[in-house]
Amino acid sequence: MTHAAHAPTAHYTSMGLDSRKMAFWAFIGSECLLFGSLISTYLVYKGRSVVGPYPHDILNIPFTSVSTFDLLMSSLMMVLALAAVQRGDMKWGKIWLFSTALLGLVFLGGQVIEFTEFVHKGLTMSTNLFGCTFFVLTGTHGAHVAVGVLWLLTLWVRALQGRLGPANAMTVEITGLYWHFVDVVWIIIFTVVYLIQ
Amino acid sequence: MADTEVREHAHPTVDVYLRVAAALVILTVLEVGVFYVPAFHGVLVPVLLVLSAAKFALVIMFYMHLKADNKFFTFLFGAPLLLAVGVMVALLFLFYGALTLRGAAGAG
Amino acid sequence: MKSWLTTTDHKRIGLLYFWTAFVFFLLGGIEALVIRLQLAQPSGHVVSAETYNQLFTMHGTTMVFLALMPLSASFFNYIVPLQIGARDVAFPRLNAFSYWVFLLGGLFLNASWFVGPLFKAGMLNVAPDGGWFGYANLTERQFSPGPNIDFWLLGLQILGISSLAAGFNFIVTILNLRAPGLKLMRLPVFTWMTLVTQFLIITAFPVITVGLVFLMFDRFFGAHFYVHGAGATPLLWQHLFWLFGHPEVYILILPAMGIVSEVLPTFARKPLFGYTVVVYSGILIGFMGWGVWSHHMFAVGLGPIADSVFAATTMLIAVPTGVKIFNWIATLWGGDIRGTTALHFAVGFIAMFIIGGLSGVSHASPPADLQQTDTYYVVAHIHYVLFGGTIMGLFAGIYYWWPKMTGRLLSEPLGKWHFWLQFIGMNVAFFPMHFIGLLGMPRRIYTYSPDLGVSDLNLVSTVGAFLIAVSLLVFIANLWRTRSRGETASNDPWGGATLEWSIPSPPPVYNFSVIPTITSRLPRWRTELHAPMQDPPATPPGPIHVPGGSWWPMVAAFGLPLMALAPLTHTLWLAFVGAGVLIVGIYGWAFEPFEV
Repeated sequence: MTHAAHAPTAHYTSMGLDSRKMAFWAFIGSECLLFGSLISTYLVYKGRSVVGPYPHDILNIPFTSVSTFDLLMSSLMMVLALAAVQRGDMKWGKIWLFSTALLGLVFLGGQVIEFTEFVHKGLTMSTNLFGCTFFVLTGTHGAHVAVGVLWLLTLWVRALQGRLGPANAMTVEITGLYWHFVDVVWIIIFTVVYLIQ
Repeated sequence: MADTEVREHAHPTVDVYLRVAAALVILTVLEVGVFYVPAFHGVLVPVLLVLSAAKFALVIMFYMHLKADNKFFTFLFGAPLLLAVGVMVALLFLFYGALTLRGAAGAG
Repeated sequence: MKSWLTTTDHKRIGLLYFWTAFVFFLLGGIEALVIRLQLAQPSGHVVSAETYNQLFTMHGTTMVFLALMPLSASFFNYIVPLQIGARDVAFPRLNAFSYWVFLLGGLFLNASWFVGPLFKAGMLNVAPDGGWFGYANLTERQFSPGPNIDFWLLGLQILGISSLAAGFNFIVTILNLRAPGLKLMRLPVFTWMTLVTQFLIITAFPVITVGLVFLMFDRFFGAHFYVHGAGATPLLWQHLFWLFGHPEVYILILPAMGIVSEVLPTFARKPLFGYTVVVYSGILIGFMGWGVWSHHMFAVGLGPIADSVFAATTMLIAVPTGVKIFNWIATLWGGDIRGTTALHFAVGFIAMFIIGGLSGVSHASPPADLQQTDTYYVVAHIHYVLFGGTIMGLFAGIYYWWPKMTGRLLSEPLGKWHFWLQFIGMNVAFFPMHFIGLLGMPRRIYTYSPDLGVSDLNLVSTVGAFLIAVSLLVFIANLWRTRSRGETASNDPWGGATLEWSIPSPPPVYNFSVIPTITSRLPRWRTELHAPMQDPPATPPGPIHVPGGSWWPMVAAFGLPLMALAPLTHTLWLAFVGAGVLIVGIYGWAFEPFEV
């Protein structure tokens, strides 16, 4: 009835902040506890496996370093996408959004290869505590990456359809918040699981 | 509303994004490097924790804009983060026996 | 009918929450009555040991997750937007999603009573039976081979999603949708306590989700998170559960504290004594609630340092709680008191919560706790805080806000009968449990020997339980009578100070014809500095945009129980169907035209 008068962003809010962005930061705060519990469990059970393979037998640092680099670069693509959308440059906006999703897919592919290799070397979820904690922690992270990829591809398709523009910059920004959070979780996992053995 | 607009959209420039990315790559190279240098083995854990905390902070501050954005977002994220860290430290103490007077011998 | 299924109106969703949760509350109550019948005499034969295990597990789970939390949620939904001068919550469709997920999760859990034949067992055979805190490793497949625990762990994961979604929604609503001038330190205390509760929900629920996911992987995929033989420790479950479980206690009590903080000032005709201190105490309770979880685990033998730390934090948390109690009493002191039913329940809350709080402090001390843990003493404690506390508080809220929610006042004489029967009933039911416990009767056993010397006390307790049941029948009669013959409520039947009383009962769909501007903490009362606010006009000066309904939240919600059915029935394709439904729901939701 009144929506012709002003764009949705012009809604009065008591803190002057975007409601979706606020909800999303609260969600990220909540996710801190989710990953916090998973990482705590990994640390608490570290070194308690009674049979191998143990972390140092099996973790492939060079391979995972490449994956880590890949995810960091995807974060760069993500902020570039946001900057492009904000200044209305949808040509580069599309390119960066797609690159972000692509790097996310590469990361997931790397995880599939890693998991398959581990299973071949005899590490499954039912082998030992390292298997349980490793697969559930990195698997939960991987599931988050997969959701992010789906989300990014959706935005990319919307951009191709011409339905994503500077007016939707907040949507891209929120997607970015999710993507970067998944990235910082990996920064921690890479250190705690892979480098500190 | 005017000053909120400024606060919400005071995002870093592309130049800053690129420099942060360079810093992240260098820090990652350092992390992996430290891992392979035997001389660091004694201090590996603290060095790695500092390096990854630095990367964490860079992404949060610049890519997620917390440095320039409204401080309330920092609170929404920071309070649960501190809680999560606190829980993690407490659980490690409880499981590694530091709070049980059993010393390092009896985990759990 | 369609308008209720697709509704995104916070008031309708509040009523849906109320009726759904009330039915679950009655169900949990019936389970309690069967338990009390079984224990009325030594060597009872009403139910078998297996059924008894399911009864106490489902009683606890139902009351905590399907009755008390959603009854509070009913008030969050209905009252909070009205108290902050908003037209709806920040995300109306997310709100509808929370409700549908809650309903479906509750049905999923309770379906376990009837679907035994599908699992080659009888009816009443496959309901969860591991206790409401489902301690590992009893819950492992090796010791609980049936689908019972699967229903529990899957149902609780579904319900967690509902609470989390509502948590984000209400945090944003309260912080961002306040009317102009309604600063944080002018918020009604109920809204404040709601805010603290939501922060507890969004931080505590991920932890139990992780614990439940571990259990799920153990049971379905051969992981060893809680299997001692693999080097793991079942203690991990206890830590994860109580890391969630203790904040959960405050999730249950803080809303009731908020309700009482609204009811007492209204009926004492006095501002709440020490508003600021009450608010800060609530926040402090929320924070400290995170540092006390191991007091549930003293019997584990965590060692003297851990025991001392957690004993100290537990005793400390009694301080802000005590502060609140004194503030409530001081609010009544010298007030112009009107003895309405709502006030009776509020005062009953204070008295009963003091008893529950004191027995709580008594097991904050590890040596005393070792005597009390796992006995009926703890059962007495939890019922004084959750029944004497939360339920009394919720009933105060029901009598107080019912006219606002339905336009009709509940009968005061019937209300008084309800109150006195319930108040006497609960004390007869739960007070003897202190003695029963200290005399040595453990909890969660289906029968006991006459030699234990607790037979008479148990019979008394059972009589009390049935008195409570009678009181609830009186309440239901009151609801029924009020439907047609209740006195019609004006905008403000009680002379309340807060915004919800400035608009019609029940409020129009847009709530406020004109969004008010707030200049004081008690906007509708005359204070030394402020004249009472002008109520919004009866008819809006111009057209008001009201968001329409949506099917998508319900569609998305259906995906979750479908996915949960996949492991339960070992049917992989159901997982894909469920995920597909969820995704279709989310995309439909994201791309439909819907303006808040």
